[in-house]
This record gives sequence, structure tokens and C-alpha cells, in this order.
Amino acid sequence: MARTLFEKIWDAHLVAQPAGRSSILYIDLHLVHEVTSPQAFDGLRVAGRRVRQPLRTVATVDHNIPTEPRGTPITDLIAAKQISALQANCKEFGIRLFDMDSAEQGIVHVIGPELGLTQPGMTIVCGDSHTSTHGAFGSLAFGIGTSEVEHVLATQCLAQQKPKTMQIDVRGQLPDGVGAKDLALGIIGQIGTDGATGHVIEYAGSAVRALSMEGRMTLCNMSIEAGARAGMIAPDETTIAYVKGRRFAPTGAEWEKAVAYWRSLPCDSDSKFDKVIHIDAAQLCPFVTWGTNPGMVAPVTGRVPEVKGLEESDRRAAELALQYMALEPGKRIEDITVDRVFIGSCTNSRLEDLRAAARVAKGHRVSSKVRAMVVPGSQAVKRAAEQEGLHRVFQEAGFEWRESGCSMCLGMNPDILQPGERCASTSNRNFEGRQGRGGRTHLVSPMMAAAAAIAGHFTDIRNWKFE
Amino acid sequence: MKPFTVHRGRVAPLDRVNVDTDQIIPKQFLKRIEKTGFGQFLFYDWRFGADGKKNGDFVLHEPRYEGATILVAGKNFGCGSSREHAVWALADFGFRAVISSSFADIFANNSTKNGFLAVRLSDDEVSMLMKRAEEIDQYQVTIDLEKQEVRDEQGFRAQFAMDEFVRHCLLNGLDDIGLTLQHEKDIAAYEAQHPAPAALAVESDARN
Ligand code: SF4
Repeated sequence: MARTLFEKIWDAHLVAQPAGRSSILYIDLHLVHEVTSPQAFDGLRVAGRRVRQPLRTVATVDHNIPTEPRGTPITDLIAAKQISALQANCKEFGIRLFDMDSAEQGIVHVIGPELGLTQPGMTIVCGDSHTSTHGAFGSLAFGIGTSEVEHVLATQCLAQQKPKTMQIDVRGQLPDGVGAKDLALGIIGQIGTDGATGHVIEYAGSAVRALSMEGRMTLCNMSIEAGARAGMIAPDETTIAYVKGRRFAPTGAEWEKAVAYWRSLPCDSDSKFDKVIHIDAAQLCPFVTWGTNPGMVAPVTGRVPEVKGLEESDRRAAELALQYMALEPGKRIEDITVDRVFIGSCTNSRLEDLRAAARVAKGHRVSSKVRAMVVPGSQAVKRAAEQEGLHRVFQEAGFEWRESGCSMCLGMNPDILQPGERCASTSNRNFEGRQGRGGRTHLVSPMMAAAAAIAGHFTDIRNWKFE
Repeated sequence: MKPFTVHRGRVAPLDRVNVDTDQIIPKQFLKRIEKTGFGQFLFYDWRFGADGKKNGDFVLHEPRYEGATILVAGKNFGCGSSREHAVWALADFGFRAVISSSFADIFANNSTKNGFLAVRLSDDEVSMLMKRAEEIDQYQVTIDLEKQEVRDEQGFRAQFAMDEFVRHCLLNGLDDIGLTLQHEKDIAAYEAQHPAPAALAVESDARN
């Protein structure tokens, strides 16, 4: 029978399918971080269990570490305790940890791919919803809760019900100045934050094939904001070229075998999806979110929408959002001024994102009214960017250049918005208080964020004067 | 895990859609390394002002909803972050179930692992319960997992769907890990075919 990419990976990882129960799925790679793991390790200790496959488990610290120069003591004692709990747990259970001072430290979804841990055809889980990022490689990758983290640590398996499948087919070509982030926001704006609930999305079509691996990661990263269980893109030559030669990628005969397998993964030609959505890439533009969920998007040339016509529950949600965001319907998006700019997060903190933002920043100055931060996704991204001199471009333009971590994506470290501050952010969630209590977040692409930092308000990157 | 069979309790209405886990438990409270004690931080930014004072307008502060054990909320409840702390906070606060017309997948999954019920009813049924919780003093409903039914004393009765196996585990308070380990033979057989790559061994690289 013809199968989709998802179905092939699912079938290849079925350990057991007990009648009337959830399927037992084998997990190839388990990524662990400090925030969602302590209670899981505790559970193991209480039950006298060990980590079944330490060699399939990798840990790093990212969520609450400061982005000040490394070595600066962590003043938040509870955060420090969580970090030392992870260190102790990794030691006790024999798990590889890329710690604070490691050259490989970074956001868990940035380091997995860059170390070559993330490979096509794998099942990958992590106690973090943006695990969907890894689906860019044609793996089945999804976020789990802490009980499931414990479950995977103990059994290397997960009991799962088979999700439905959805194909998002993006035809044509993305216009200049419109990138993977705009594509993601455009899709969520169209299908809504629960548009893909219960489904695994497979992205296809010429516009998706044309994306770099970094762009594909941005797109898959945001799948969860559409409610999807996971997002994936079939592996192709772009994927294989990216993985080749990375530290934990297979080598020699193993590599040949792996590549042959990866090439067999794309959907069979007559495979069926439960749902198919078509998007015309040419219709997309740079987007800016105006509300408090990622589905509340408007074109940069547009206006904050009217709420009158909406159906009851949506209208009330929109009104609450506008109230929180201190915006009026009808206001031009380009007239919205910002106080802060954040370029970072597992959505947009890779080298290509930083290059795009630096290209915008080059030769310009950050507005005197704006504080702008660039937070590379990992130490490796930071080093590579510095080798290209990107840090100097940013610093000369007045951006702060910081150490890697999640930072202001969720503000668990000291990088937060003050109440009422408005931020152009390349992260993935604009929920109330996400970046700091009372903070107002607008999601945009790295280029749009850099341009907003300089202009002091949102501005259409398609009209930008690049130096 | 605490079994869930039949529960009767007071209902609190939270008339908002897309209630995300950042609202249920804001991130500044995720740093605890225990599973308990999160209830005090539930809906923190809605329950308390920036000065830490109680926000008297928030529904859970109304005396008539005190001691509520069932929350009724708008669609897409629990979207956003995968933090299981959201379920721990709801449970620790005293809730045993949330009724909504839809739930984010990870939230629904996390619920079942904690003997907490995410009950899905239709939009109309949820609106009806919301209305009654607002209008009827000390309004109570019964959630009957055995019959997969929500009912009240005013004649409301609605069936809800639940995966048969998940229901079985909830009714009996079964530990998931134990159930999976019943398949030890299958797991071992799978692993014999798919050995773990050695590259991640802690000893193999002194750099980390
Ligand atoms: S960068 Fe943000 S979304 Fe990504 S893992 Fe960190 S906190 Fe989660």
C-alpha cells in the first residue's frame, strides 16, 4: 500500500501494537533540558529505574541560563538549582550533557541538527513543544510532557495513538523579502492555531523544496503553533548535504546505508492524506502578528483588523488581544512603534537568520528609542557568525550581541520585557506575558525585526535600502 | 496515579478561548524541581496584579466558585508550551477536570498521565454549562467516566468520547511505564535489530 513519509517512519518504529491499546513506538533520540526533566528523573529514582538507553539521550541547558558572558554567576537561585539538578541527573544516569561552558551548548533544537544528531527517518522527542523543528529533516519529532519524558527515559518507547496526516502544499516561489517565517505565519494565519490539531503536517511543494535546511527548520518549528503534533519535510539532496560530515552523522559504509534508506522515505506517489491544504507562495508577504496568539497576523502593509464582523467567541478573543496589545482596529501596522527587538529563539537564531538580519542592519543605526538584542541559538552559531564578522555589523549598528540560549523567547532568564514594552521578536509565541509580564510581542522574520529596530517601527522589508 | 471514575463537583466558568499554558502557569514558576506546589501559581497573571495583590475580578476569586473542582473553558484549551506543569497546577489547585470543546494535543496527553480529565463536549454543550455555571449558584456537575457522561441535576446530559485504552488506564489508575514494560521482550527484540550508536557515550569524549 502507498504510504506517506510519516507512515513509513511510524511503521518502522512500531515495537508492539497491543489490541485495543496505544501503539508502542521506539524513540531513536531523546533530547533533554533543565526545565521539563527534574521531575522525570525523580520519578525514575522513586521507582528504582535506570535510563534504558543513555546513548540515545542527550542533554543541554538552554531555557533559563543567562545570556551574559559565560562565567557570570547565575543570580536566580531557583534557576541555578534547576541547572545543577540536570548536571547531577546526567552524571547519575550516564547521559551526555552539553553544559553551560561547553563549546556545543545551545538551544536544544539548534544543537541537535548542527551536531548531526538529528537525522532523517528518526523518531525524536523532547520535553518541549518546538521539537517539531527536527521534522525538517524528514524525521518524526514531537514535544512531550514530563511524564512522557520519564516514560522515554525508562523504556526508550512511547505509547502513542496514531495521529492523522495533513499535507500543506506550497506552490510557486516565495517573493523577495518573504522567507520561511512569513510562510509559517501565513499558514497559521490561514488555518488558525488549532487548524492542525491531531495531525502531523507534511510540507510539500516547490516553495518548500526551495527552502534551505535552516528555512525548513523555521517552518517545521512553527507547526506546533498551528496545533500540529509534528511537522515534517521529506529528505532530499539539500537534507543529505546538510547532515554529511556533521559530528554525530554516520560515516563510511554506515553513511551509504543511511542515505539509501533516507532516499526511500518520501511519500509514495499515490499516498493519501487525511487533509490537504494548498498555499500559493506568490500571494505571501512579510507578516506581523498584531494579537496574542500566532494566528493573529496581518501583512506588514495592512492594518490591525476590525473585530466587528467576527463570530462571537473569536470577536471576544480579538477584543481581549487588542486590549492587551494596546492597539486599535484600523491602525496601520507600519505605524506601530517598538521599544525592544529580539532576534533569537529556536525559530530564528541560526547562521542564516543572523546573516539575513545583519544584511539589513549593515550601515544603519538602531533607533535611539529601541533596545535590540541578538542571541545566537548556539555557541557554534555564535562562533560561525563571529568568523564572518556578523557580530561587528550588529554591534556597530547598536545591537547587543549575547551568549546562546532561549533568552527572551520565554523570558525565564533575566532577558524580559518590562510591562507595557512592545517588542518585535523572531520567536514563535506572542502569548500574553510570554516575554515578560505585560510585555507586548509581535512576531516577525529576522529581516523584519532588524528593520524595525532601525526604523523604530514596523516597516516593509521589500522597500529596504540595503547597503 | 489516582484513578478517576465518577466525580461530582462545583463548576467554575473560564469564558475564554485559546487559553494557553503560559497563562495556566507562567514561566517564572517553572523552575521548581518538584511536581507539587504549583497550584498557588495557577493563572497567576490573571489572579494577581503586578503588585502581587489579588485581582478581585478574576472568576476564580468569586466566592461562589470557591472549591470548584471542574473548570469549563472555551475551545483550544491548553495550547502552546508542552509544560506538564500546567496540569500539575490545575490539579494542585484542586481541579479534577476541564471541560472544553477542544484541547491542544500535548495538554490532553499530559492530563491523562496525571489522572486529570480533559473532557470534550460540543460547542453548544460547553456554552450551556458555561451559562449554568454563571447563572446557577453553586452549580455542580457529575463527570462519569464509566458511562462517559457529564450530567447535572437540571437535566443536562451529554456523552463524551475517549480512547478506550486511555479510559481503561484512567479508571484503574494504571502506570503507563509499567504497561509499556510488559512489552520488554518486544523492546529488546527491536533493540537487537537497532543498536544504539556508540558516539554519544559519555566516556568516549573527554571534552564534555
Ligand atoms: S527558544 Fe523558545 S521556543 Fe525554542 S526551545 Fe527555547 S523557549 Fe522553547
